[in-house]
Amino acid sequence: MAALVIAEHDNHVLKGATLNTIAAATQCSSEVDVLVAGSGVDAVAQLVSQIPGVRKVIQIDVPYLADQLAEPLAAQILSIAKNYTHLLAPATANGKNVMPRVAAKLDVAQFSDITKVVSEDTFERPIYAGNAIATVQSSDPIKVITVRTTGFDPVALTGGSADIEKMTAQADGGKSSFVGRELNQSDRPELTSARIIVSGGRGLGSSEKYQELIAPLADKLGAALGASRAAVDAGYVPNDYQVGQTGKIVAPDLYIAVGISGAIQHLAGMKDSKVIVAINKDPDAPIFSVADYGLVADLFTAVPELTKAIS
Amino acid sequence: MAVKRVVDYNVKVRVKSDHSGVDIANVKMSMNPFDEIAIEEAVRLKEAGIASEIVAVSAGPAQCQETLRTALAIGADKAILVETDVELQPLAVAKILKALCEKEQAQIVLLGKQAIDDDSNQTGQMLASLMDIPQGTFASKVVVADGKVSVTREVDGGLETVQLSLPAVVTTDLRLNEPRYVTLPNIMKAKKKPLDIINPEDLSVDITPRLKTIKVEEPPKRSAGIMVADVAALVDKLKNEAKVI
Repeated sequence: MAALVIAEHDNHVLKGATLNTIAAATQCSSEVDVLVAGSGVDAVAQLVSQIPGVRKVIQIDVPYLADQLAEPLAAQILSIAKNYTHLLAPATANGKNVMPRVAAKLDVAQFSDITKVVSEDTFERPIYAGNAIATVQSSDPIKVITVRTTGFDPVALTGGSADIEKMTAQADGGKSSFVGRELNQSDRPELTSARIIVSGGRGLGSSEKYQELIAPLADKLGAALGASRAAVDAGYVPNDYQVGQTGKIVAPDLYIAVGISGAIQHLAGMKDSKVIVAINKDPDAPIFSVADYGLVADLFTAVPELTKAIS
Repeated sequence: MAVKRVVDYNVKVRVKSDHSGVDIANVKMSMNPFDEIAIEEAVRLKEAGIASEIVAVSAGPAQCQETLRTALAIGADKAILVETDVELQPLAVAKILKALCEKEQAQIVLLGKQAIDDDSNQTGQMLASLMDIPQGTFASKVVVADGKVSVTREVDGGLETVQLSLPAVVTTDLRLNEPRYVTLPNIMKAKKKPLDIINPEDLSVDITPRLKTIKVEEPPKRSAGIMVADVAALVDKLKNEAKVI
């Protein structure tokens, strides 16, 4: 009756999403192990061993796991899967990539994007872009789960002292190889873990206006930058800025939507934010139906004014 | 390539009053938008002389024939419907697709990254796993050369590129391409293309649902907020009422 959490990291830094996933795991089982699979991950394993509630850290360290390719990573998880009743990963690009591979090999269903643990075999998950919440149950012997991080408060980082067990890696099948990565460099907080997000939409009209208006406000607030799908499709900002059903799901303390009308698929990605502010010139924009504070105004004057007013 | 018939993305679904699911009677159904991108990519591979034949596959009730006819109109050469009224879950679909991929000797399997009804995002990965072949999920660029496929993937924080040996599974993200409009002559042509209908039993796969839906509910509603008159009022509210800045 133990649960295994797949830690998300870049070999150096543990990603915050892991902490929300551990929180979900502790609701499934009182015995939670964490797999840290990667290349040169001593520091990450060490960090995870101090998380309260973790029973054991399993470290699998081998060069071909450096890039977290789904094929070799799934093989590592499968090598220890039979010791667990629950396998959990955050519903991030990595978690979504690898977990169905694990589930299929175990011949079990996967619960995607759970937002609540009802019992050890029953979970809540959003369907239809969050327009409905399904409660689903399975009698499969192993529950494979991806966790929507906004549904669970993160566990603390220190206070525990779990053992670290080093395990030998399963061989790489050699069917996939890593070519390269283009990550967007930014000093701003990461979108999915930021306390404040300033998001811009089509109403901005151009990439220049996005940089001119949204970026300074975000800087003033120490906020992450987000965008609607319309703004991404129009090329104002890179695709990983996208908040929504098919982009990032966020739930910051404060979400400021500027020039975003509020399409269903955008609302699906941000409506769990604690406080939502909408600035839009169209009083009928659907974004106002989820906003705590709405301001009907021309964003080209209101946003600079807001930036100035925040000291 | 595989297509799923789903509630059209413009439809706002309603939860049934008995909480057994969402009401999909009499609502517009369409091809899953991500699958449309998959068929478009397949057609482009054929137009570039890389793919020799495109087989479109769907599994589900008889009405999925319409979805397959759309795929044929976009440019698939032939279609196969695995007809069943059983509720199909990702693992079952992956098993069906595996049987068909083996039969058709598919070299590249293109699917949408997720269906916009159950939002599972599993089928492509499960198929790759069952077939023991590599996967390139959330693709924003696909290049086939020298018996390999390079897939640029949309990941958290940016893009990454992987190279996969063939056969391989590729799941499509939104920005891979812009699907073409279906023209009337192509719709007419599609009517003459072959569309085979088979049963899951013909493929000897177990499609029994594993997940049981206990109930489906409306998400909690946000209580209506207030409108503020100007920026000064907004800043005041954020500072003194919400206390978030």
